[in-house]
Amino acid sequence: MNEVKCECGHVNPHGTVICESCGKVLEDSATKRKLLDMRYEGSARRSQTYNKTLVDKIWNFFSSVKVGVTLIVVTLIASSVGTILPQEMYIPQTMTPAEYYEDQYGWFGKLYYDLGFNNLYSSWWYLLLIASIGVSLVICSLDRVVPLYRALKNQRVERHEGFLKRQRLFGLADSPDENSMRQLEENLKSKKYHIRKENGSILAEKNRFSRWGPYVNHIGLIIFLIGGMLRFVPGMYVDELLWIREGETKAIPGTDGKYYLKNNKFIMQTYDKEKDDEVFGAALDRAGTVAKNYQSNVTLYERKGTGVAGESLDLKKVKHEKIRVNQPLKMDNYALYQVDYKLDELSKMHLALQNKKTGEELGTIKVNLYNPDTHYKLKNGYSVEIKSYFPDFEFDENSKPTTKSKVPNNPAFVFKMVTPDKPEGEVSFVAIRQTIEADGDNTYKMAFKGVETKNVAALTVRKDLTLWILGLGGLIFMVGVIQGAYWNHRRLWVRFMDEKAIIAGHTNKNWYGLKRELESVFKETGIQAPVDQLESGKKG
Amino acid sequence: MAALSSNLLYIAFILYLVATMFFGGAIKSKKSAEKNGSNKFANLAIMITILGFMSQLGFFITRWIAAGHAPVSNLFEFTTFFGMALVGAFIAIYFIYKAPLLGLFTMPVAILIIAYAAMFPRDISPLIPALQSDWLHIHVTTAAIGEAILAISFAAGLIYLLKVVDQTKKSRSTFWLEVVMYGLISTLGFVAVSTAFSLSDYKAGFQYIDKNGQEAKVEYNLPALVGPNEGNLITKDKLEPVVSTPAIINAKKLNTVLWSLGAGLALYWLIRLMMRKRISASLKPYVKNINLDFVDEISYRSVLVGFPVFTLGALIFAMIWAQVAWTRFWGWDPKEVWALITWLFYAAFLHLRLSKGWHGEKSAWLAVIGFVIIMFNLVAVNLVISGLHSYAG
Repeated sequence: MNEVKCECGHVNPHGTVICESCGKVLEDSATKRKLLDMRYEGSARRSQTYNKTLVDKIWNFFSSVKVGVTLIVVTLIASSVGTILPQEMYIPQTMTPAEYYEDQYGWFGKLYYDLGFNNLYSSWWYLLLIASIGVSLVICSLDRVVPLYRALKNQRVERHEGFLKRQRLFGLADSPDENSMRQLEENLKSKKYHIRKENGSILAEKNRFSRWGPYVNHIGLIIFLIGGMLRFVPGMYVDELLWIREGETKAIPGTDGKYYLKNNKFIMQTYDKEKDDEVFGAALDRAGTVAKNYQSNVTLYERKGTGVAGESLDLKKVKHEKIRVNQPLKMDNYALYQVDYKLDELSKMHLALQNKKTGEELGTIKVNLYNPDTHYKLKNGYSVEIKSYFPDFEFDENSKPTTKSKVPNNPAFVFKMVTPDKPEGEVSFVAIRQTIEADGDNTYKMAFKGVETKNVAALTVRKDLTLWILGLGGLIFMVGVIQGAYWNHRRLWVRFMDEKAIIAGHTNKNWYGLKRELESVFKETGIQAPVDQLESGKKG
Repeated sequence: MAALSSNLLYIAFILYLVATMFFGGAIKSKKSAEKNGSNKFANLAIMITILGFMSQLGFFITRWIAAGHAPVSNLFEFTTFFGMALVGAFIAIYFIYKAPLLGLFTMPVAILIIAYAAMFPRDISPLIPALQSDWLHIHVTTAAIGEAILAISFAAGLIYLLKVVDQTKKSRSTFWLEVVMYGLISTLGFVAVSTAFSLSDYKAGFQYIDKNGQEAKVEYNLPALVGPNEGNLITKDKLEPVVSTPAIINAKKLNTVLWSLGAGLALYWLIRLMMRKRISASLKPYVKNINLDFVDEISYRSVLVGFPVFTLGALIFAMIWAQVAWTRFWGWDPKEVWALITWLFYAAFLHLRLSKGWHGEKSAWLAVIGFVIIMFNLVAVNLVISGLHSYAG
């Protein structure tokens, strides 16, 4: 590699614009300009130096801020497109998504669906955009941080005249006396500048750490993105839904049968004008019913023993807890959230065996709708048998009874009623508000007497082992962004040359702040503070 | 307590109006120096602003006590808080930069925002289960403060553009600057129209067919220019709509938007005809003494300060709360996406400025666009795009 040796003796890497040590301008094109481009201290960035191999080309592509900003803007526009219509996860599941989008939004909805915008944020091209931003973050940072670090580490106190003259804040003073210089130093120290001296020249510098802010926040973002990717590693992430009825004990899905949960009670409360704070009165009048609380009182069990099939379930109680919105139950790495509910689901049905003519009741049965018994013995030799059970009854296309689901939304039965006078039994089909008999001349019927209901709670089971990585990434990002935004790297050079003091100042941002600070630093020293060459240039 | 609370808001509102006039006076006053234009008018103006801010803070605290929860739970409460944060951010920046001109532009924006907020139901509403968390005030207030600081960069950017855009000839810049002015005036239009018809207690009921083919009822509070799908006016002696919309569009909201834009247009032309020139041209004399680099610096610094606050409030705290309340830290809900868009936009802004040297005019336009995105997230995402954050009340 052809390194560049500056006249000051420092050896700079190939591609350096401003000597890392003395600041002499090494590239001809830069000497013609009035002010130096001080970004990255004119250090040798790989992307600006090599462009031969494929690796160089890829590196250069991703190290460009222009490309980075373009990626950000494209992602931004793509993201906004995804909010025009609801994403698929937010639409009701009453019909297929294809039907839904067309039905609700017409031709536009169809187009939206056909273009795949219904699942935009998980589309391959959106993920590719995010991944590209990630690559750009890594390459952009590496391309800049290493040479910048070298340049700031190697900088020496006495900088080249050409460097100082091309700083935005610049001034010349006729050799100030020792007192003035001492005063200046003291003032700088009181403003927390670190001072380095060489042959009477001064380099005062503060807050260099703020230069690392952007790279620190980029590291945070990269960690965050890695955390996001880790979700797809098996075992890192669980997302299950548990519908559980009052009184029911169920294995918690996603925990490999380690945990069981019993739902003791589900409670839903709404605000009550009479009982709740009267300041809510007007709002409740306007809005009607407002939910106040969704709560499942549960008992958590841990399974003991090997769990071999056939072995009886040995459950050990861990704790009672009230799961509410914003107050999930936590165990190990799992959390259980209250997300949905169903009130008053049918749980038991009471039916009476009745003589159709006399109306005499010969006994009542209670049918457990979740798991009905088949035989029900009544007194005096009467009995009832359930031949078939349809928890969510409907007629199929052949007009035969069938069930839509296992949930007892609309229970229907085929009963066989055995009585002393009809020992072979009578068969009757019973659904809610209808009874169908084979020939219509039964003596007995099953009369509806009442129902018992239960509430059902829906709990999301979540395990997310990526959370701490995301948290760490977020924390590092915040540290970096604050480090870079709330402090600025300020430097002041004073160099003595030919009976004169050359004064130059630089900050990476907030020039107004630097100028104000220097005004107070130079006050009472008798030395003129350096002036803004950009401003004077504009006016003159 | 609730009554005291709303009185404090009225007082704050009036004080803000008075302060704006004094800021105007501070600019006109001949004594004002080029940069540090602190004079008697300016001192008085900032004092009144601080009084107003304290009064609004009183409104916030008393309402918190009355409701038992932080008053940031519906559109009215959030938007007034945003207005207050904007005033607070301005006060802080005023003491750094001593720029009364910034007050002349920030205060009217804050006033418009608070007036806009007042058009929504102001009842103290109870919290639904999802909102019952300390994260409500942590997340919402931090996000609003971040947005308010970012909005200061809009005010500074606007000043920059008013000064730098050549008003002697028509150009793209003059056109878009007028569009910004028109946007602000339309907010005023919305406030004026809503207030006028609510004072006259205008109510027109419609029976219509909603998008699921069901019969439904809706009550308009503004005369219906556009009626709902197959709508039937059921209140007597009210305006029959000129056209009706397909069921998929929310006719009532569209009607309100049309009224606001129409009233804005009328006001815009009224002012323009009175001034006999573009509105941005008639504002130009106010900004003639300002130093361009100085406002550019204010605009940039507001973004630098606001960006981390916004990230913390609108993304990080938001994600923590979302994990607790909604089981996942991110779910691509429209409000979440628009917070991300805002964040990406200001990230692009900072990169363009730091690396591509987009200072001055370009940067000022970006500050304006950023504010438009923030307003879009506040207004459109709450009212038009429905999602988990639609607590419009």
